[in-house]
Amino acid sequence: MSASVSAPNASTEPIISIRDVGKSYGTFQAIERISMDIQKGEFFSLLGASGCGKTTLLRMLAGFESLSSGEIYIDGQPMSDVPPFQRPVNMVFQNYAIFPHLNVADNIGYGLRKLKLPKAKRAEMIDEMLGLVQLDGYGKRRGHELSGGQRQRVALARALILRPKVLLLDEPLGALDKQLREQMQIELRRLQRSIGITFVFVTHDQEEALTLSDRIAVMQGGAVLQVDTPTGLYEAPKTRSVANFIGNMNFFEAQVAGRVNGHAHLDVAAFGKLQVPAKGSTLTEGDKICVAIRPEKLKLHDAAPDSGTPVLKGELEMTTYLGERSHFHVSVPGCDTPIAISAQNSGLAPTGGDRRPVWMTWPEDALIVLEKD
Amino acid sequence: MKSGSYIRQPNRALQVYAILFLVVLYTPVLFIPLFSFNDSIYVRFPLQGFTLDWYKDLWTRDTVWAALGNSLTVGFWVSITSTALGLVAARAITRYRVPGQSAIVTFAMLPLVIPGVIFGVALLVLMSRLGVPLSLYTVAFGHLIICLPFAIATLLPRFEGFDRSMDEASADLGENGWWTFWRVTFPIVAPGVVASLLLTFTISFDEFIMTFFLSGTDTTLPIYIWTQLRFPREFPSVLALSSIILAVSFVLVFVALWIGRMGLVRDLNVPQQEA
Repeated sequence: MSASVSAPNASTEPIISIRDVGKSYGTFQAIERISMDIQKGEFFSLLGASGCGKTTLLRMLAGFESLSSGEIYIDGQPMSDVPPFQRPVNMVFQNYAIFPHLNVADNIGYGLRKLKLPKAKRAEMIDEMLGLVQLDGYGKRRGHELSGGQRQRVALARALILRPKVLLLDEPLGALDKQLREQMQIELRRLQRSIGITFVFVTHDQEEALTLSDRIAVMQGGAVLQVDTPTGLYEAPKTRSVANFIGNMNFFEAQVAGRVNGHAHLDVAAFGKLQVPAKGSTLTEGDKICVAIRPEKLKLHDAAPDSGTPVLKGELEMTTYLGERSHFHVSVPGCDTPIAISAQNSGLAPTGGDRRPVWMTWPEDALIVLEKD
Repeated sequence: MKSGSYIRQPNRALQVYAILFLVVLYTPVLFIPLFSFNDSIYVRFPLQGFTLDWYKDLWTRDTVWAALGNSLTVGFWVSITSTALGLVAARAITRYRVPGQSAIVTFAMLPLVIPGVIFGVALLVLMSRLGVPLSLYTVAFGHLIICLPFAIATLLPRFEGFDRSMDEASADLGENGWWTFWRVTFPIVAPGVVASLLLTFTISFDEFIMTFFLSGTDTTLPIYIWTQLRFPREFPSVLALSSIILAVSFVLVFVALWIGRMGLVRDLNVPQQEA
């Protein structure tokens, strides 16, 4: 997996090129020299905690925020001097921004004025959009007569009727309850696949980003940390921040002891000596690095396993039963924080009390070597 | 708990107070229509009998019609101008960050508290210094100063409740500033505009002090009424005229408030979401 991996249904032609884009308010750097490409037909997410600059970047694409430096190209055209109302993008706002004085049909048809269509054609297009977002028969309703999910669909239809090259979505599912949100996630994905328009989706919810996206840009403090597919981000995070942000992770401080035949010898505080594939990385002797492993990659044993596989002995500190799976915390000498292990309860629920010796094993490729931030 | 929630329980003392307040406020006013139908030139009890003569008498007087025409003309233009200016001001106040903004707003609102006499005298001095002859134009100018704060105060809440993402959504859907104003901003604040038009018209129509200082040979209805007070025989006709003005003013203000409320109710149904 590498950063250049693109989605199966996306061509390799970038629809959006972000080049050295920066934004500063006085001395505060809101966006720091971001460069990346978003491919045609891709479902691309900007993921990060609030204040990371993801919404600012999205609003720059829409034209609501100016750029302090750099340039944004949409379909090859530089966008600096193009006002929002002339950009080939449309946006779904976080609060949907449904016009309160217009009914659903007029909201959806708002952008059609300039096309000077005959009335029948206009009505036909609106009906088609109503069908697409499954709101047939709702055309005469007012915004305040709709539920949150329905308002969201109106906002979506209103933006899509103009057939934009890119659809921008600013945390559109944030205001919905969990069940509705999951349902809308599936619908968004289906919609995006069927119409083939590039979606740029802002969210702070990592699960949502993983579910929906072809690729995700993880942002922090105005910078993009990593751009990758959901699998790439989860299985091969590059830095500790990314690993920490996506899912759960056990981290171990380590030092490179040496390199032999494409393998690096590491000195890990908890594990002792360890050998990992160096896979073209720049690890050199003496580097202080970080080794990480996902809780679900560790396997727990009640007795010492056969020798030959790497094994770590510890004491079971706490068991948390969560129904479909259980969480274990194992304290290991030489390791400050207990190691988290997650296991499916596919057999019987875990038995045996805490405070007993346990052994952990893991597949060799589950260990991730992280760059220092 | 008896009925409803704690806060909705009837408060007897408050009801009595409210009724008393209204009685004290409106009883003197009610004498005006009462005596306008009284068949006597003297305003005193007992009432002499019902008559519509005073109203008929008004009908035949050209000076009343002239004064009414002047009042309507001035009121029409003043309400339109002050509402248009108030619209621009309210939008600017809520939309842009201007240095010294609160000072500007305070100054725009100042005519509300400055006595009309002072403003009237000041404007009279200014007009005579500039050599501007007193006419209905100077009257309208004086009314404009009085009405502008009311227009701003009526329109400001509508703009303050205006979600900025509405403008952005319109721009995003391809409309420039001009079209956005006419397709989104104006329709949303329209109830405020109507309320402002009616309110400023009423204020201009009823205004006396500024008009007194600034009018030339053409007068408005309130000035006409005042000049007629010198003639006891004319007094019942003045009462009849006052009754008509009272009724029309009441209807206009009521309609203005009602329209403002309808707009508010419509928009309150839209749940506000914080970003």
